[in-house]
Amino acid sequence: MHPAYSVIFFTSASGAGYGLLIWLGSAELFGALPDHWWFRFLGFGIALALITAGLLSSTAHLGRPERAWRAFSQWRSSWLSREGVAAVVTYVPAGLFALAAIFGLFEGAIGFWAILTIAGALVTVWCTAMIYASLTTIRAWNDQLVPPLYIALSLTTGGLLYCGLASLMIGVGQAAIWGTLVALVVGWLLKTLYWSRLDGRKLTLTPGDALGLAKHGRVRTLEAPHSQANFVMREMGYTIGRRHAERIRIYAVTALFVVPALCCLALLALPSGLAPLFGVLGVLSAGAGILAERWLFFAEAQHIVSLYYGAEAA
Amino acid sequence: MTSLPEPSAKKLGLVIDLDTCVGCQACATSCKEWNTGGFSGPLTDQDPYGEDPHGAWLNRVHSFEAGEGTDSRTVHFPRSCLHCETPACVTVCPTGASYKRAEDGIVLVNPDTCIGCKLCSWACPYGAREYDYAHGVMKKCTLCVDRIYNDTLEPEDRQPACVRACPTGARHFGDLGDPESDVSKLVAEREGFGLMPELGYKPVNRYLPPRERRNAPVAEKSVAAKSSSSDHGTLDKFFAWADKALNR
Repeated sequence: MHPAYSVIFFTSASGAGYGLLIWLGSAELFGALPDHWWFRFLGFGIALALITAGLLSSTAHLGRPERAWRAFSQWRSSWLSREGVAAVVTYVPAGLFALAAIFGLFEGAIGFWAILTIAGALVTVWCTAMIYASLTTIRAWNDQLVPPLYIALSLTTGGLLYCGLASLMIGVGQAAIWGTLVALVVGWLLKTLYWSRLDGRKLTLTPGDALGLAKHGRVRTLEAPHSQANFVMREMGYTIGRRHAERIRIYAVTALFVVPALCCLALLALPSGLAPLFGVLGVLSAGAGILAERWLFFAEAQHIVSLYYGAEAA
Repeated sequence: MTSLPEPSAKKLGLVIDLDTCVGCQACATSCKEWNTGGFSGPLTDQDPYGEDPHGAWLNRVHSFEAGEGTDSRTVHFPRSCLHCETPACVTVCPTGASYKRAEDGIVLVNPDTCIGCKLCSWACPYGAREYDYAHGVMKKCTLCVDRIYNDTLEPEDRQPACVRACPTGARHFGDLGDPESDVSKLVAEREGFGLMPELGYKPVNRYLPPRERRNAPVAEKSVAAKSSSSDHGTLDKFFAWADKALNR
């Protein structure tokens, strides 16, 4: 699948933003949200800015973005519609949670806003993942691991943002560092499992199957239907070579999991004066890593229609 | 509305004969021409006279070689929307622009409400949907819904443009939900098939398989005949040539 940069930026940014909201909400529920005005202001500000930037970026992928409001109407059948509705609905508790945490408005119900924010963020990320996981035409995405993976990566990047921000202002609490380490390990395990399933998946469909001509034997292209690539080939025809993919996988794992994990250990072990260095390094590394991971998620995915356009198996 | 309607008795669709299609591209070009206007027209092209011409077409004709050696055969394969009974392209659409008509089962895109998110093209295993880069919306075979019910056309023209254009009669249009219709009888007689039924989208269009070859053993026979006969003159050579040519 052709990796669309606007969609990659959307899932990375909004995933991190929703993850950070979940961390802020969880901290509040445990009574551990630091009572520091700037931390709260920037924490909620960055989370909501990332979510908003991501959602706006996703409209850049549309042919007719001025009609994007119509996308809220088909939530009964469409995961994309459900994701849009969930995203907008989540702004309400998230906004009220932010107002309560920063300005003390409706403070009595802050626990309630926190719970709703966490739920809304989880639902939104889950719906985003289901857009991909529900497509049976793309075997790499049609995997039960995909929604948990999206949640795990959201919590990983969100947790690193939480620790990074804390390291710059108030110092990072033990619970936050350990929680982020757990998210990193779970994310790493799920991603490794996803890749092993992807690599082990047998490509059982042949062009003969796609054409209904399998009983004749091997089917191969004699003449393409058009001399230049059409939309279908441009959008669905891109698949990265295995060796090239493996190199990028190593970069992604190093940047998204290994370096941030080492930064977390550094935050635990080293003097607090060095905390900002490792906090920020963890965020920047994970930022590069998540973009690489998202890019691979697209580039390693093969669409069944490629069988009509020369693929030997799918 | 992207929730699917109740299944209708009427299932309009195409039957494409892979045995008689010669890959002339008349169906593809007549579709492109008809849809210069009408329901979801025009179908725009990008860089049409330049180095990388590409554009929205609703029907694409591939050519494949199936089988090996003397059993191999060329199969020309027109590919367009199969107007499935339970299409994923309809249910994934977030705006309701992609819909299946309740009265006759035709799957359409409303070009006035489509936002061009392209998710329907990701959901279609047959590559039936193309994005129009200039219009910003998705385009697909309309089964010539603007022809088949059009009283201003002559009765014989109230068929899809591709069916009218086919010079070898390889394309047929009708109600595949009616077992007594001409197309249904044709499908039954020729053992027509849908594409990748295991995916569960229940395509309505049917493809008629290439017929069994009748002349493969004869080709070897005429080679044997030629080698055993001695030179009996021009007339015999002529008949030997005619025999070989007519058995091709």
